[in-house]
Amino acid sequence: MSDETSTGVEITLNGQTVLARPGELLIDAAERMGTEIPRFCHHTRLKPVGMCRMCLVEVDTGRGSALQPSCMVTCTPNMVVDTESETVAKAQDGVLEFLLINHPLDCPVCDKGGECPLQDQTMAYGPGESRFVEEKRRYKKPIPLNENVFMDRERCILCDLCTRFAGDVAGDQLIHFQGRGAQTEVNTFPEEPFSSYFSGNTVQICPVGALTAKPYRFKARPWDLDETESTSMVDSVGSRISIESSRGQVLRLQGVDSDAVNWGWLSDKERFIFEAYEHPDRLTSPLIRNPETGDQDPTSWDHALEAAAGLLAGTDPDRLAVIGGARLTNESQYAWAKLAKGVLGTDHMDAQLCDGLPAHFMLGLPRATIDQACTPGGTVVLMGPDPKEELGALYLRLRHAVVHDGVTLIELTPRATGLTPYAAHSLRVRPGEAAEVVRSMFGEGGVAPSGGITPESAQAAGALLQAADTVTVLLGRASLAEAEGPVMDAALALHDRLPEVRYLSLLRRSNVHGAIDMGLAPGLLPGRTTLVAGRTNLAQAWPGLPKETGRSTQKTLEAAAAGQVDVLILLGADLLADVPDGDLARRALGKVGTIIALDLFGTATVARADLVLPAAGPTEVNGTFTNLEGRVSPVSRQVTPPGTARPDWMIAVDLADRLGTDLGFTSPEEIWQEITEVSAAHAGLTEQLAADPREGALATGALALYRPEPTEVARRDAYSFRLVASRSMYDQGVFTAHSRSLSGLAPTTCLAFEPTDFASLGVEAGQSVDATGPRGTVAVTVGPDPRVAKGTAHLGFNQAGATATEFIDASVPVTDLTVVPR
Amino acid sequence: MTTEAPAFAAGFINNQGPKLITGRFTIEDSFTLKRSLATGGYDGLKKALARPPADVHGEVRDAVLLGRGGAGFPAGVKWGFCPEGVWPRYLVVNGDESEPGTYKDRLLMERDPHQLIEGCLIACYALGLSQCFLYVRGEMALAQERIATALNEAYADGRIGRNIMGTDFSVDIVLHWGAGAYIVGEETALIESLEGNRGMPRLKPPYFPAAIGLYGQPTIVNNVETLANLPWIMNNGAEAYKTMGSETSPGTRLFAVSGHVNRPGVYEVEQGVTTFRDLFYGDNFCQGMRNGNDLKAFIPGGGSAPWFFEEHLDLPLEARPVGAAGSMLGSGAIVVMDHTTDVVKACLRLVRFYARESCGKCAPCREGTTWEEKVLRRIYEGQGRPSDLDLLEDIGDNISPGPYPVASFADQDLEAVPFPPKQTTICPLGPSSVAPISSALRRFRPEFEALITLRDSIAVSAAPIPEDA
Amino acid sequence: MSRFTELNARRAHEIISHYPRARSAIIPLLHLAQEQEGWITNDAMTQIAELTGATAAEVLGTGSFYEMFKFHPVGRYLVNVCTNISCQLLGGEELLEHAETTLGITDGQTSDDGLFTLEDVECVAACTEAPCFTVNYRYFHRATPETFSEVVAELRAGRNPMEKGQQGDRGEIPDHGTLSRTLQHIPADRKAGIVAPEEAAQAPSWMPTETGENA
Ligand SMILES: Cc1cc2nc3c(=O)[nH]c(=O)nc-3n(C[C@H](O)[C@H](O)[C@H](O)COP(=O)(O)O)c2cc1C
Ligand code: SF4
Ligand code: FES
Repeated sequence: MSDETSTGVEITLNGQTVLARPGELLIDAAERMGTEIPRFCHHTRLKPVGMCRMCLVEVDTGRGSALQPSCMVTCTPNMVVDTESETVAKAQDGVLEFLLINHPLDCPVCDKGGECPLQDQTMAYGPGESRFVEEKRRYKKPIPLNENVFMDRERCILCDLCTRFAGDVAGDQLIHFQGRGAQTEVNTFPEEPFSSYFSGNTVQICPVGALTAKPYRFKARPWDLDETESTSMVDSVGSRISIESSRGQVLRLQGVDSDAVNWGWLSDKERFIFEAYEHPDRLTSPLIRNPETGDQDPTSWDHALEAAAGLLAGTDPDRLAVIGGARLTNESQYAWAKLAKGVLGTDHMDAQLCDGLPAHFMLGLPRATIDQACTPGGTVVLMGPDPKEELGALYLRLRHAVVHDGVTLIELTPRATGLTPYAAHSLRVRPGEAAEVVRSMFGEGGVAPSGGITPESAQAAGALLQAADTVTVLLGRASLAEAEGPVMDAALALHDRLPEVRYLSLLRRSNVHGAIDMGLAPGLLPGRTTLVAGRTNLAQAWPGLPKETGRSTQKTLEAAAAGQVDVLILLGADLLADVPDGDLARRALGKVGTIIALDLFGTATVARADLVLPAAGPTEVNGTFTNLEGRVSPVSRQVTPPGTARPDWMIAVDLADRLGTDLGFTSPEEIWQEITEVSAAHAGLTEQLAADPREGALATGALALYRPEPTEVARRDAYSFRLVASRSMYDQGVFTAHSRSLSGLAPTTCLAFEPTDFASLGVEAGQSVDATGPRGTVAVTVGPDPRVAKGTAHLGFNQAGATATEFIDASVPVTDLTVVPR
Repeated sequence: MTTEAPAFAAGFINNQGPKLITGRFTIEDSFTLKRSLATGGYDGLKKALARPPADVHGEVRDAVLLGRGGAGFPAGVKWGFCPEGVWPRYLVVNGDESEPGTYKDRLLMERDPHQLIEGCLIACYALGLSQCFLYVRGEMALAQERIATALNEAYADGRIGRNIMGTDFSVDIVLHWGAGAYIVGEETALIESLEGNRGMPRLKPPYFPAAIGLYGQPTIVNNVETLANLPWIMNNGAEAYKTMGSETSPGTRLFAVSGHVNRPGVYEVEQGVTTFRDLFYGDNFCQGMRNGNDLKAFIPGGGSAPWFFEEHLDLPLEARPVGAAGSMLGSGAIVVMDHTTDVVKACLRLVRFYARESCGKCAPCREGTTWEEKVLRRIYEGQGRPSDLDLLEDIGDNISPGPYPVASFADQDLEAVPFPPKQTTICPLGPSSVAPISSALRRFRPEFEALITLRDSIAVSAAPIPEDA
Repeated sequence: MSRFTELNARRAHEIISHYPRARSAIIPLLHLAQEQEGWITNDAMTQIAELTGATAAEVLGTGSFYEMFKFHPVGRYLVNVCTNISCQLLGGEELLEHAETTLGITDGQTSDDGLFTLEDVECVAACTEAPCFTVNYRYFHRATPETFSEVVAELRAGRNPMEKGQQGDRGEIPDHGTLSRTLQHIPADRKAGIVAPEEAAQAPSWMPTETGENA
């Protein structure tokens, strides 16, 4: 007699005794044992529905053998399972025949042909010929469910995968079954498209060709595709992807199931962004400013590198700065850090664009992984941007944790987020007031409501935190119109009250965590160490290390505006679009001596550069990526860069060469080798990465907790509104703008107010007002929005309609606006 | 003496024999609270409230009150499946009566809503159920009206709601009605529907919503007629109940006899005592076949039940022997067909019903039932092919492998639940479509064949259907 | 815009208050919308979605599962003729044919004057009273072609035909959409307390606890 033990459940599978995992579904256990049971509606990341009936097998639990859907049956001790009996074969044959009777069998023109489970299983298990002679169901040919996803209803086998994904995973039940019985179809509500940031996943999981994505429709046949597994560099989640290309062109990105990260899901931005990489506007050759015409003229690499080396050789390291680098792989970042700090001798290097939090602060906080944050029954505090808007795949993990795994969510955000409907407490916090709200949550703030919240509701949330075993704080900049200081103060306020608290960084920009770990921050060196502490270890590899801690981006821009920067190197940094204080960015760029820009596109900032070096894109390079957990995973090259564009690390190596220095490596592999040698945080990761590239390997190590001086925030007067500026999934960012599928999705923003606040303005929605802040008066259209907190005004960042950067003054911690109807 | 019931109780026939649940059917204003109270209404509840809840449950268990919704599972046993210590628990009354041939719950709801309400209250008291939903079929406007009025009266009179009849016992009963979908009668589909969803059955296990039901809570689903028996049982006790009917099927049942008999109607009949022959031919009952015709076939328990024939006439109206003979009493719907009946047409009509009513959740039922209908229609319209009969049987076999599942007689333990289910589907609707086909084909194959050969003798249209395409 | 009238909006809230979860009210609210307009408009579904916390796609997903809900205008009178087995045996199909001729429309169609929509329906639970038809869900038992014609004539003439209908069901036949003419009201002082299941996780007061004491 075997019993369920922690090691497993003994079952008999086709005559053999095997060990299933406790609670494991029969279909999954069998697959692990090498017995593939055919299926259509089963998906390991979705709740089973047992609808298609393809996975029927004979199961005997002691009461006689019965046909049971193996996707619904949990393995129990001594279960006897037959997946190959005649009864099973007949049932599967029958189910397949049923599924095919109304299927159009238009495989030759179907995008799914060649990778279609229905096609494959018909070959393997199906009837030879159809006995169905009647007319099949007919529908109007493909209907668009949204801009990018199309539905061929006659191919649909009603497996509920797309609809379950939309409801259970994305929480956007905008597609649903309609009708009944044989008339059932999947569709949207009339005139209400499937507007979900995650709609592309439905195309990926559709087991037939019913759902197709516009960028891929009729582009290729699966057998023509070459694919490689890589890591998405769209945001800092680092979702695993497969890059699929044909004849040197990327045609499709698919999600890959990394258990620790994205579970196979992608946001549509991650999925369709490759169109930007393939865009004809990519920079294909170096450009140099013609002193006579002022134009940026194409030039050779030879000439461009010579010019760059000439500029750099004669520059005082203190008058040289490097901004950006989050777009780069770890290896490229390392190469550039070594060039800047170890060769050129400047520490004025920062990958963040005044829109994040200081690297040494982040490295001083105890860290959590996504899995730790999502531990069933745990507690999570969101004190940062809306993950649904900025970190799509992470949002799906968090939503799952809260909705399905009993994680308690407490929000301290200035505006409602995509997670608000699931939050136990959702406290609206005005910029600059979060630390105060934390104090009132713990009963320290007297009776005065802070942040527009009553002490009772704050304390109810605080009580939950005090009772929780471990709390994970999701930390980032919820508003770009709020300086770093108040955010750090609030993070520390929680730290001081919750001994077991951990933090998951919501810094969003691509490989920003790699940049932090590679030393692309003032005062830091690779391996989560400081300029002071790491000096001896690196002295040999990095001979030119500067003595003094350098400037952050903000300080560099201020210095530049004061005429103190001669050469500015931009590593994929679009300062004019991304720096919240637009005035500062403009003044700085206007005063810099020379600008060298490495980029993929000629952005407005790149247009200001004297020397432009075209860089390779994320699907064109090998290397590694570090996600917001500190998880390192491989990035793989699948296609070649356009024109003569080169990987960023190579540009650093070539430039060093012109400067007479050998950086000591000539490939990403060699750079990685050096990283693991000089960085304790990365030592030993090579083996782990080789063993499981899909799950990656966590870099470890931390700095001592950093406590900045508390930031004084002036009280808001009753007549003004505190500005909240936040990003949404789609904006005018250069990649979204160059992806045909995504560019049309970017919204238009207006200055939005909480509805009663808005009513008190006495203007109509869509009307224009004069908004006055520290940077002067700007005319802007206004409207109501229930997501906005009282006493605040919200603007989308980097969106059409209004420019938030016009309002923000980086020298004050918050931006208060007064509004006058025009 | 047998009397026709008055016309307002449409179809009810006031035959001889005990009247446990139809006692008020002959009273014109039977549906009012006043009349109900004047004729002993709510006395059963009063008796129940005087006893501990567990006692009331025990009494029902002792009475072996079999469910009248179709599966015939003993109510008292099913009630015991509520997991201990899990609250709240709900009662859902299944008044979705839609099985072809079934007509009894509508009468019970229209004629005596207070009896049903009293039954609901007794069940709620016994099990600690904190809310009851009366799910009435959407098409039954009058039943809805009578129940709504009855509920309003009973609430006003302190018989529902807070502190019922001055006791601690408090429960709300809410009237809810459907919107036209036979499958919603299946108890898990009923719960889905009540949650505001498409009425698609849930996967088993759990085999009973008593474990996990409405809003994921323990939920008892009982048929209207089942609950209507509770006042009598409370008033008279399990022992008295068991003196009627047979040992394994005590008490009476409502049978709706329709079709080719002289006096179709709804009869309250002692179970196990009366036979089909008595029912069809007895003076007290249907008084024979119309025009003295011969019996061709009859359906003993609703459209989903395999058909019976002449040789089954002497079976008693009792679940066990009927089950043993390969069919079921199901919902108490008996449809009688005389020798003039076109069985192909009847079969097609029943199969069309399942094809239309399939919820669409599982492939074999959704696609199989529509396919069955198409093949049958082709045969009926003279376009059949000789291979079609085997095809029909094989489609049936792919929906319901092996012998057609018959709701096995439910004994007092869980083992009696039809298990393992012989079906490739989630619920028995798909397999139900196979019952008429396999019954009719087994007995009347030549009639099908005659239609098929007929086709060969008719000039076939320009584009003949290819043989075995 | 066909949103709920003020009265119906109040009724909608009352209906929602009968359920532990608002979503359970989707079907009753669809009935209410159909009662107001005779059919279910997109606006109505959007409003029901708002009221119940579902998406409009879910409301349509639920509604379209049930055949009583009509997503396009139908006649003032929905005439349903049962042709299922018991009725078929006694002339249901012939009655349907007669209905088609009398009304000049076939299954699913609406007469030009907008008065009648005809449907060939499944068993309506009147099997012993076959054949049978319903008008806006009011029953006409043991129907003959003659009774059918008379009922239609009465309706066309603006008269109430329930004299010929089910005994005991008296009163006007309401327009399509109205089912029960009486609605359930739960007086506030009688309500036992309808709350979300998470708020009722204790044994009710009258149930003895494990120790045999009343809770
Ligand atoms: C397809 C299908 C339709 C059903 N329809 C009804 C019905 O209309 N009324 C009913 O009471 N039970 C119906 N049932 C049975 C119910 O699922 C359930 O067994 C019954 O309501 C339990 O009540 P009881 O135990 O009191 O009989 C149906 C079952 C199936 C599979
Ligand atoms: S058998 Fe038919 S009715 Fe039952 S769940 Fe499957 S599809 Fe739905
Ligand atoms: S995979 Fe099991 S029923 Fe579809």
